[in-house]
Amino acid sequence: MLNYDIVVIGGGPAGMAAALKARECGVESILILERAESLGGILEQCIHTGFGLQYFGEELSGPEYADRFIKQVNEQKIEYKVDTMALQITDDNIVYAVNKTDGLLEIQAKAIILAMGCRERPRGALNIAGTRASGIMSAGTAQKYVNIDGYMPGKKVVILGSGDIGLIMARRMTLEGAKVECVCELMPYSSGLTRNIVQCLDDFNIPLYLSTTVVDIHGKDRVTGVTIASVDENRRPIPGTERYIECDTLLLSVGLIPENELTRAVGIDLDRVTSGAVVDEYRETNHKGVFACGNVLHVHDLVDFVTLESQTAGEGAARYVQGKKKDSDFITTKGVGAVRYIVPQKINLDNEGDVKLFFRVGNTFKNATVKVTCGDEVLISKKRPRLAPGEMENVIIKNSMLKSFAKDSVIEITVEA
Amino acid sequence: MNFDVAIVGAGVVGNLIARELSRYDIKIAILEKCNDMAMGTSKANSAIVHAGFDAKPGTLKAKLNVSGTSLMPDLCKTLHVPFKPVGSLVVAFSEEEKETLNELLDRGVKNGVPGLEIYDRAKLKEVEPNISDSAVAALWAPTAGIVCPYELTIAAAENAVINGAEFIRNFEVKSIKQENGLFTVSNGEREITSKYIINAAGVFCDEIAKLIGDDSIHTTPRKGEYMLCDKSIGNLANHTIFQCPSKMGKGILVTPTVDGNLLIGPSALDIEDKTDVTTTASTLASILETAKKSVPVLTTREVITSFAGLRAHCDRDDFIIEKSTKNPNFINVAGIESPGLSSAPAIALYVRDMIIPEMGAAEKPGFRPDRDEPVRFRHMSNEERKAIIAKNPAYGRIICRCETITEGEILDAIHAPAGARDVDGVKRRTRAGMGRCQGGFCGSKVVELLARELGVEINQITKFGGDSKILYERTK
Amino acid sequence: MTKHITCVTCPMGCGITVELNDSNEIVSITGNTCKRGEVYARNEVTNPQRSLATTVKVNGGIHNVVPCKSAGPLPKNKIFDCMAEINNANAKAPIKIGDVLVENVCGTGVNIVATNHCPAK
Repeated sequence: MLNYDIVVIGGGPAGMAAALKARECGVESILILERAESLGGILEQCIHTGFGLQYFGEELSGPEYADRFIKQVNEQKIEYKVDTMALQITDDNIVYAVNKTDGLLEIQAKAIILAMGCRERPRGALNIAGTRASGIMSAGTAQKYVNIDGYMPGKKVVILGSGDIGLIMARRMTLEGAKVECVCELMPYSSGLTRNIVQCLDDFNIPLYLSTTVVDIHGKDRVTGVTIASVDENRRPIPGTERYIECDTLLLSVGLIPENELTRAVGIDLDRVTSGAVVDEYRETNHKGVFACGNVLHVHDLVDFVTLESQTAGEGAARYVQGKKKDSDFITTKGVGAVRYIVPQKINLDNEGDVKLFFRVGNTFKNATVKVTCGDEVLISKKRPRLAPGEMENVIIKNSMLKSFAKDSVIEITVEA
Repeated sequence: MNFDVAIVGAGVVGNLIARELSRYDIKIAILEKCNDMAMGTSKANSAIVHAGFDAKPGTLKAKLNVSGTSLMPDLCKTLHVPFKPVGSLVVAFSEEEKETLNELLDRGVKNGVPGLEIYDRAKLKEVEPNISDSAVAALWAPTAGIVCPYELTIAAAENAVINGAEFIRNFEVKSIKQENGLFTVSNGEREITSKYIINAAGVFCDEIAKLIGDDSIHTTPRKGEYMLCDKSIGNLANHTIFQCPSKMGKGILVTPTVDGNLLIGPSALDIEDKTDVTTTASTLASILETAKKSVPVLTTREVITSFAGLRAHCDRDDFIIEKSTKNPNFINVAGIESPGLSSAPAIALYVRDMIIPEMGAAEKPGFRPDRDEPVRFRHMSNEERKAIIAKNPAYGRIICRCETITEGEILDAIHAPAGARDVDGVKRRTRAGMGRCQGGFCGSKVVELLARELGVEINQITKFGGDSKILYERTK
Repeated sequence: MTKHITCVTCPMGCGITVELNDSNEIVSITGNTCKRGEVYARNEVTNPQRSLATTVKVNGGIHNVVPCKSAGPLPKNKIFDCMAEINNANAKAPIKIGDVLVENVCGTGVNIVATNHCPAK
């Protein structure tokens, strides 16, 4: 049995930032477990630039952003094991993990930070009819083939889903000589950043079809084409709008799902909307000493926010290990109406600082008012020129406000058009 | 290459026949048109071992179903194939359907099915808590079970190959010549000769028979579509839940699978194209609607994949297992639709008895009835895991996160007798890529391992043979 | 002539209209809600630029390719020419972040630099 103060599961941007912050807070004994061959997580294959504008004030590629943290992990001599898969967390915070050199590892942790990231929704989850030919894959899988392995997964491509990965891959495949026929988006708006729509689609004259989906996939061995159709306001295909598009590849960018199998197995409460754990302001779950941060907690659009959130979790875990994180009464947060969720879902009443609430809306708004209320009291009311489902928002609850709340109060966030 | 028996079609029937015949001192070939075995009906079906009350008494189906089902538990144990004796329920939703239950019970007794019992509503609700409130009664069949159909197919072939049979993949039988009591079988490029041919080509049985001028068989592919749900709702059904049967088959069932998922389906539609395994949105929707009649809480939320399979329906409405009138050394094993999987172990014995006595073949010493038990890391205790990784570190590297499948298991699948040559072959042998992410993460790693072990560039690896390559050329 | 541009300076994504006269000089810029939008629109019309991220072929590395980017923005209309030149380049492992893989790509004065390490095999 190994013993560590903090075991971090996941060596991507979330895990590294959490581990570094915990070290900065004085925790010596830290171990990062990473299932891939190297630290860095999914950033290693995200070779486009645009990372780090918020955190470093520079435009970096994914590997460059990751490298800044990998360097620090090495400088700080934080221990890590790559090619190592965590299999199980027990009730008393023992982590079972496995790799080729150590075999089965049994690690007693005082605190655990979950930073496993997320995975892409597969075709099956959409129940798209048609064949099961070769040439259907998630945009992220295609990204790995092109950017890491250096092979083309297709030549004539249709992309379903206009999330950022889908848009980025439209440009990437085009640059490498593929013809991207179109990007189809089920919703009436794209969840991708405007910048990506302009620079990944418009620049290359790739059409974006909104309120459109793939209803059939053709081809016996390899995909030969797809049928797309417009959808009504209930997202159901409209008969008569079907259109055949010849292609050899269908890339899916239809959403990300936090990878919470370990979390669920140990009985940690999950939020039905985020599919991540329910956490307090330090990102501690309802399982004592287990923290969560990054995309395993809720899907982020900017890695910079992953870093910041993970630092919070790292600090929380350090405080927990050092006995500075006391149990106290909670207040809870609740998104109302268009506000789909808020992280954190609860706040310790004796918290000593300000608390940033991150939230996401379910619709696009222009010149809307974000209102934060507690009972009848309006805490914050501020104008936002634009709100969109693809962009995470935040409000700050001042510590002075926190002090005035009774236990079990509920802070609500609403958006008024 | 010269053989005594050539079996056309590496489905569950062909492979179990090969295994049975490999007990004897004869040379056996399994000819398969695809890149792997279990590529037709055997990979896409309900995976049910039926009790045997459906078929008309006196038919081959009735006889072989009951005996096949009785052989199945031991066979699966010997071959290390997952089998669970979960039992089945045929549910009645009206007084009229209750009558059908009585008829089925009656038929079952005549067919020799043990243990059948009619459950009233209270008993049904007790054993199957998620059943619809509108269910009024059910026929309980304790001998029914669930099996992994492709794993049984693969295990049978591995075992046959261990005992000397030859598995020849990518060999589509295009012509058969008959000369001097010998068949010469060609795929257009290569030839083999054989004294006997066993036609176990599933939906293609009629076409294979025609190659020797036998046009007595007419096969109609009857398509069945299915939806597979995540393990998180695998416990919604404790048993295989049927609705009352119709002319087209046994209707929509809801069943747990041996791997803990929940399976819903199949539809039944007679089609023309024997390779059409597409799914359709409308059929999938109607399957769910019908399944909800049995288990109302079902939704599409937990569906992880959908698929279709073809039943080899013959117009004679019974299994056809007989010597061809054109040549007595050509054995048709045709029309093996449901309960074909259940009957397969008995079909193998039936065919053995048709040819071994007249061949005068002797049992060979050293026949091995089993295969090495595949490593199943996910089912091991921590002590077992430590031991296996110490023996071979490849078991310490997880490739498929969702199903916890190790590199070692994938290497085993590739290097097994008649091992995997493509991504789907690895998937069927190990479950890598069968979980909730459906190969999103492990797909590219499986491609790498296949390429490394087979000594080819990664863009030569296919999903399932033929033109199903996954990658084109290097980007630069 | 009228050009329609979606501003990408911030998430607002303002639709900006630029009016040009016959000698391709800007007459008016409308639709932007801030000064940055005007600057962006002016650049998009007169000298649109993009940064480029792709890969370079590697010899003797643990991977076939190494990711790279243009060290500064490139003229938008030269992106495919730059891709062609980059696709002809070869890099020898080991490679470190920041290594110049293609100098002065297509005569733009901009270097193509590695954005990840690629150790030798």
